Amino acid sequence: MSATPARSPQRRHPVDAPGLTARAVKGVVLVVMCAAVVLPFVGIVSTSVASRAQVSASGGFVLLPTSVSLDSYRTIFAGGVVSQAMLVSLGVTIVGTAVSLAVSTLLAYALSRQGSFGQKPMLMLVLFSLLFSPGLIPNYLVVKELGLLNSYWALILPTALSAFNVIVLRAFFMGIPTELTDSARIDGAGHLTIFARIVLPLSKAVLAVIGLFYAVGYWNAFFNALIYLNDSAMWPLQLVLRTYVINNTEMSATDLGTGAENLPPQPSIQMAILVVTIVPILIVYPFLQRHFAKGVLTGAVKG
Amino acid sequence: MSHTDVARVDTPPGAHPVRKGTGRRPGRSRPPAGTHRRVPWLVRLTRDRTLLLMAVPGMALLLLFQYLPLLGNVIAFQAYVPFLPLGQSPWVGLDNFAVIFNGDPAFLNALRNTLVLTLVQVVLVFPAPIALALLLNSLLSERIKRVVQSVLYLPHFLSWVIVVAVFQQVLGGSGMINNLLRSNGLETMSIIGNSDLFVGLLTSQVIWKDTGWATILFLAALSQIDPSLYEAAKMDGASRWRQMWHVTLPGIRGIVVLLLILRLGDSLTVGFEQIILQQGGVGLAASEVLDTYVYNNGIVGGQWGVSAAVGLVKGAVGVVLVLGANKIAHLLGENGVYKS
Repeated sequence: MSATPARSPQRRHPVDAPGLTARAVKGVVLVVMCAAVVLPFVGIVSTSVASRAQVSASGGFVLLPTSVSLDSYRTIFAGGVVSQAMLVSLGVTIVGTAVSLAVSTLLAYALSRQGSFGQKPMLMLVLFSLLFSPGLIPNYLVVKELGLLNSYWALILPTALSAFNVIVLRAFFMGIPTELTDSARIDGAGHLTIFARIVLPLSKAVLAVIGLFYAVGYWNAFFNALIYLNDSAMWPLQLVLRTYVINNTEMSATDLGTGAENLPPQPSIQMAILVVTIVPILIVYPFLQRHFAKGVLTGAVKG
Repeated sequence: MSHTDVARVDTPPGAHPVRKGTGRRPGRSRPPAGTHRRVPWLVRLTRDRTLLLMAVPGMALLLLFQYLPLLGNVIAFQAYVPFLPLGQSPWVGLDNFAVIFNGDPAFLNALRNTLVLTLVQVVLVFPAPIALALLLNSLLSERIKRVVQSVLYLPHFLSWVIVVAVFQQVLGGSGMINNLLRSNGLETMSIIGNSDLFVGLLTSQVIWKDTGWATILFLAALSQIDPSLYEAAKMDGASRWRQMWHVTLPGIRGIVVLLLILRLGDSLTVGFEQIILQQGGVGLAASEVLDTYVYNNGIVGGQWGVSAAVGLVKGAVGVVLVLGANKIAHLLGENGVYKS
């Protein structure tokens, strides 16, 4: 493939512009990839709002709806299994994120004050924990021995502290100019005051990103709920999704907490559940995206 | 982090060229870093008690859920009885490891499936983000690049439950593809629940979910490459392909080796949640891997000792694999996870 000479002198890119064939191939590849991500979602949303006639005519999957009805959403929000699971997921996500952020920032701040008592061995413990995972069975037994089985704390505490996030936060805290904390100390501020009044306000952006990462983790968690909760009334949304969408268990009117007359078609209800599980992720995604490269790469380098 | 001298606070910068190591100072301020060895530990303990208290909740969680389970692995050597406290089950030596050493068929099947999946994924999944990163890197329009990145990063943030459900909607019996085929009067395909295609299905799910996200690290490495190298290559008459071969690829070799080592260290770990969700449709023969074997026999089946033993061996082999791969990287003159 011959390279065409550069058109504009101020192009920052070090490589020559590609030929026409190369561009066409690239364009096709990228369009196909993006379509593979976007199209399924179009179909899922369409199926959730399609009319009964169209769903049964198309065999259960509608790519473009002819008419829009929100019945399936009304049905799942009517106070049955799905509404309950949504509340559980929201609660676990909010409480879990708060706990995670509090614990991680406190630990990261303590580890960022070098030369303090016990700081080195604690840091070593945090770093070393990145290298291994203790194993499924012992983890389960610890949760069981702590008496957390069948409680919402089992969905929060075992995953509340991410060592990686602590390292990222610590790296950020260590980058805060010493002059600021020192002058505060001279003015008589203790560590808690410095942490709350100087360090946290300066770290708003990184706290937001780490918080969102935690939140997405809690929202998506499925396995802990599967092994630690025996009571299906306590299920979060992901388990409801598994049972009624992946395993295709029929949803009765009792499950949905509505009257039995004219339920929306099953595929529409299933897709509506899928949509309400995805939407919160879509809402936070733009905020997360702004900080990706930064958040992922700091902390991986500094020890 | 050097602790600055109190005297420096109200003096112009540069007035004291020497700021560190001035020894003990009056007042309540900390001594400068590097001299804390002279302070008795008891004094340091009381001085840093606030910091220690701040670290307590986090360290407690770490010890409880990372280090205590590590000790819990002792049940691999016990005939564990669920109703006794952890230390009181009878010791049975290496009996629980018999399934591994005597080649229990179910275990061997799980091992084989795991290795097949790992091999397929290292060959197919690992290079995908590298190729995609090279493609994105070669785009001249920043705007197109950003849009594509936004779209392709998204699946990483969806749970495995959502990804499996989406795949069912697209490839399932009444899914998007089969609807298209049916409406055009063509033969429908059975992909979901077909045990022969299970490895392919799992692999395509992994590619769909994480390829975009995995490009981040490669793109970062690509942006570090010195543009003058490209200029020099161009002066020597290198075509775009030759530039990629001689400049771009050597530039990302370090990160590729590093990630490959980490992937090899996880050889015995393949998509646990992903497989648990889909085992029902295809049966254990095609879908059982080591992680699901541990789950199905231990938590579902109650064979605690045997499952813990399998999990323990799996973890130990994983550590050996990482160290071994790292050793090889060093022999090849790469840095690896840590420097030799």
